[in-house]
Amino acid sequence: MKLRFTFQLIAALLLLQSLNSYAREAQPLETNAAVEVQVQRLSEELRCLVCQNQTLADSHAGLAEDLKQEIRAMATKGMTDQAIIDYLVARYGDFVRYKPPLNPLTAILWIGPFGLLLAGGIGLFIMLRGRQKMAVNLPLSAEEASKVSELLNKES
Amino acid sequence: MKRALIPLVIFLIVMGFLFKGLFLNPREVPSPLVGKPTPQFNLPRLDNPEKEFSPKEMLGKVWLFNVWASWCPACRDEHPILVELSETGFVPIVGMDYKDTRQEALQWLQNGGNPYTVTAVDADGRVGIDYGVYGVPETYVIDKAGVIAYKQIGPVTYESLRDKIIPLIKRLQAQ
Repeated sequence: MKLRFTFQLIAALLLLQSLNSYAREAQPLETNAAVEVQVQRLSEELRCLVCQNQTLADSHAGLAEDLKQEIRAMATKGMTDQAIIDYLVARYGDFVRYKPPLNPLTAILWIGPFGLLLAGGIGLFIMLRGRQKMAVNLPLSAEEASKVSELLNKES
Repeated sequence: MKRALIPLVIFLIVMGFLFKGLFLNPREVPSPLVGKPTPQFNLPRLDNPEKEFSPKEMLGKVWLFNVWASWCPACRDEHPILVELSETGFVPIVGMDYKDTRQEALQWLQNGGNPYTVTAVDADGRVGIDYGVYGVPETYVIDKAGVIAYKQIGPVTYESLRDKIIPLIKRLQAQ
């Protein structure tokens, strides 16, 4: 009986212990929630240059961690999203952004798909017009006409 | 008959683009810093942490700025080439030891030779961010006025020296 109580006590203590550690892990890293939201938003829009197909938010590369730290420092100073993005673009180029801006260099990227759609549409239109011309209305011969009316009459 | 060739022609054009794509290096991101003045900094020197290095000291000279680290495998490939280049005395090479420990960096230079006239220590990588460093090694060619003329991403090779860097330095030195 006494032994059982001891086990229960140990189990209860272990349970408490696990709750305790859980609560500690859930603590936010940074106390300023607005800054964290801004850092998160920006790091989802910015590319990690080391592992090119990941955002800063996804990446755990050393440089990505540094850049997130840098963004956090700038956000804490109260810089706007645009100012922070400009800071990084000045150093790493437009490539750092996942949403490329529209400029002469990226124009083909933005306009290309619409251009292809337009070209395809024009091609399709021309092709369909061509087919329409191929379908010529041939008049029925006398024999065919009598066969048609015979069939139609049979039905009714 | 001619119409039947259209898909083939389109296919060949697309293949041409894809084939060209095989030989492009996605890591070569054009740097917006080319044509701009070097970002200024004051960093402790590797040989003597009491003293500082600033790019201002190099004004009036054409120089190479090489970002390296003892933990970087590709730096091992380029290091002997830099040593060889420095022995010719053709151009001063300034190193920046990026996110490294002092001890390992000194060991590295002792083992492989020291091609640098001076090495600045960027322990936390903050100056690296100003220079847009994202893959070590990176090498910048800087002109007499302190403007970045060229940026090489990845190791310096004999080919890149012969085809790009040395002709460019000669042109800049003549200015």
